[in-house]
Amino acid sequence: MQKRKLNIAVTGLNAIDSPGPGVAVIRALREANSFDVRIIGLAYESLEPGIYMHQLVDKTYQIPYPTAGIETLLARLEYIQSQENLDVIIPNFDAELYSFIKLSPKLKKMGINTFLPTIEQFEERQKINLPEFGEKYDIRVPHSTAIYNIREIYGQASEFSYPLLVKGKYYDASVAYNADQMKTYFNKISAKWGLPIIIQEFIHGTEYNTTGLGDGKGNTYASFPMRKQYITDKGKAWGGISIADKKLLELTESFISSTKWRGVFELEFMKNQKNEFYLLEINPRIPAWIYLAVGVGQNIPEGLVNLAMGNKIKPFKEYKVGKMFIRYAYDMIVDISEFEQISTYGEL
Amino acid sequence: MIKIKSNIAISDSGFIFNPANGESFSANPIGIEFFNFIKQGKPQEDIFENMLEKYNTDKNTLEKDYSDFVQTLNQFQLLDQDAEKEA
Amino acid sequence: MEKQRYERPVIIKLESNMPNKFGLRTEYKPKTHIDNVSVKDLINEYGSPLFVISEKTIRSTYKNAKKAFTTRYPKVQFAWSYKTNYLSAVCNVFHQEGSWAEVVSGFEYDKAIKNGVDGKKIIFNGPDKTEKDLTKAIENDSLIHIDHLDELYTIIELSEKLNKKPKVAIRVNMDTGIYPMWDRFGFNYENGQAWDALNKIMRSKKLDLVGLHTHIGTFMLSPQAYGTAAYKLAELAIGIQKKYDHEIKYIDMGGGFASKNTLKGAYLPGVDTSPSFDDFSEAITSALINSDFKPDKLPLLILETGRALIDDAGFLLGTVISNKRLSDGKRTTIIDVGVNILFTSFWYDHKVTPAQPFTQYTEDTVLYGPLCMNIDVIRENASLPLLNKGDNIVIHQVGAYNMTQWMQFITLRPKVVMIDMDGKTHIIRENESIDSITSFEKVPEYLKKFEL
Repeated sequence: MQKRKLNIAVTGLNAIDSPGPGVAVIRALREANSFDVRIIGLAYESLEPGIYMHQLVDKTYQIPYPTAGIETLLARLEYIQSQENLDVIIPNFDAELYSFIKLSPKLKKMGINTFLPTIEQFEERQKINLPEFGEKYDIRVPHSTAIYNIREIYGQASEFSYPLLVKGKYYDASVAYNADQMKTYFNKISAKWGLPIIIQEFIHGTEYNTTGLGDGKGNTYASFPMRKQYITDKGKAWGGISIADKKLLELTESFISSTKWRGVFELEFMKNQKNEFYLLEINPRIPAWIYLAVGVGQNIPEGLVNLAMGNKIKPFKEYKVGKMFIRYAYDMIVDISEFEQISTYGEL
Repeated sequence: MIKIKSNIAISDSGFIFNPANGESFSANPIGIEFFNFIKQGKPQEDIFENMLEKYNTDKNTLEKDYSDFVQTLNQFQLLDQDAEKEA
Repeated sequence: MEKQRYERPVIIKLESNMPNKFGLRTEYKPKTHIDNVSVKDLINEYGSPLFVISEKTIRSTYKNAKKAFTTRYPKVQFAWSYKTNYLSAVCNVFHQEGSWAEVVSGFEYDKAIKNGVDGKKIIFNGPDKTEKDLTKAIENDSLIHIDHLDELYTIIELSEKLNKKPKVAIRVNMDTGIYPMWDRFGFNYENGQAWDALNKIMRSKKLDLVGLHTHIGTFMLSPQAYGTAAYKLAELAIGIQKKYDHEIKYIDMGGGFASKNTLKGAYLPGVDTSPSFDDFSEAITSALINSDFKPDKLPLLILETGRALIDDAGFLLGTVISNKRLSDGKRTTIIDVGVNILFTSFWYDHKVTPAQPFTQYTEDTVLYGPLCMNIDVIRENASLPLLNKGDNIVIHQVGAYNMTQWMQFITLRPKVVMIDMDGKTHIIRENESIDSITSFEKVPEYLKKFEL
């Protein structure tokens, strides 16, 4: 039987040292068993490597930054839809998710499917809401507080002991060992990402991550844990291994069932010396290391697309333990004419 | 006389690549016209005459924009400094 | 052959930045008409700059807000916040829609009376009410919201003197999880100040305690904070009922709802992220309905929201004076709209749209006002289409506070026009002239002559 060919748009083509998940997602989709794909890349900048990976990405369009507003994004997507007849869009950046979630009913009318968390789920898991989240779902989280003014630092710092984490609303985190450093990071991160800034207890221990796919009704379609083996100076995993940890799987499944999570997510945990897991962060999107999912036998992006298309799928019950991913950088050779094409016409 | 470096060209899309330092630029349609006129070595007066015929503008505006454009080309190191010295 | 539209030549360096996801805002469509009236025609007729108010937008925004509350709660009353925009024409549109008046000074009080508002339908807020103001308000049976104990004692004294029972409420401040906490106004809930003031009022027997008021902040993006505040006021009201067997007639939730403007430093535009009236209403009304009020004894809910009702209806039209470059080559554009008439540019990245068609080419631009003052910056960085000298621009969402906080400084303040429901324009405030300013001045005789 001929497999159906789906037109799928994917963002996050910045496969750089602090990578977006797009390229990994595309590789997973190209290995899907249940459908064939034509991949449309959606890029913000003309040097996102994925734009030039023609074996993976069939065509790329530039899209406006989230700061341009939903109306502007919609206008661009309408144009792209008229050219490409998309079936599914998979957004991969935290910063763009709000806009795509808000747009999803309109996209649906245009024939474009998504499978994203609800706006409530998206807001509830914001870093700034982590303490309430932990309380509501009975998940252990580090002590944290959001501050809006540098003057608050001195008041708040007494609740914490150094070192502590200074985090941006969407991105960036730095470890501060004293008040001066905290002030520096406050200024640096707030200049880039705005307010508030989150001050968080620093948990010593080993970092673990899980990813998974929820159907929005509390059922788990996929989930497995991974331990980072090598972390870059930007805090990104450069190598990791799938592990068997019942407690982590339990935590992840209880996260899905209690929040009724819709779509893919990544949970970041820290295990302290007493073997207690703290939930540090909930990323409401696919992690950059998602290709490991294919490696362990749970093609999560494929599952996501099927859920978006309204297809019935069977939940993954097993995964292979001891599968590793080791990231590598790869130099492509690109002619300047391609760069000209994307940077002047916004399409390649 | 103002001269654009001989190894620099502009494409129809307004894309400019400087092979000497690897920098690239993008110009709007009017920028492309100005660039090409300068590249051809057309005198200022001829450029203005040409533009006035085609566009709804005035000479003061053209003069101001022309010198701003040339300054920008200079700032982006797209002009042939030797040619200027010779002149 | 017709000549083509000219656009200044531009050449931009293609920076090879990797995504920083924090790009510039660009407006993609020109704003050539407001309520079908051409921006160019408006400027030709009334001059530039020019404030334009859309009556249609005011009325539709008001109806939208009213619907959000009345569909969820049985008794709702809006009171127009005069300080947000007290141009009489604007106030009267709100009064025609059914809004009472909410004032914070003797001047605003008089203005409401002059506009024809019944004294019983004026809410008098604020920390500065003189004896004269209070006397007037007591005689008119206005609703006096007490801010501090000194005022409370003054009102008790006046009640004896005038032999009248003033209708009062107290303003309550409280922790709603919002920073900063507006604890400078009114009496604090958590530390017992509020109860102390309520006890004094009830024991004096001289005042008619009709309501409870709070106003938790400004440009609030969190509806839930209103839910918390409503819940706390409900607790107080029920406590008074129990303790004194006295019924509180209304709960006034104040204002502070965010408009669709974009705060400086915000990542996403306000138009996408600011909560809707439905969001605010849901938080407030569900807190009241779920409180211990008996269903048939729910108090009247008063709302004093200003900004969110008027911001969208105001536009400021302007004209490009010049395009320049800074020493480092950075593009700047000077327009005839300064911070003296656009106060809100200090905290918003106002949306600025050309009033004529343009191409997709843009340049990162600093937008300066016309004042010979370094602080006169309308947008620190905007990705704008290529504007020519003499081109017109429209600045959006300027209806709140600008026409009250503006100042005559260096230049004269422009006209304000209103476009009515039929698309007809009316001047609702004349522009200032040299005479209107100097008429306030007096030059001593000996300073009238000089030689140079």
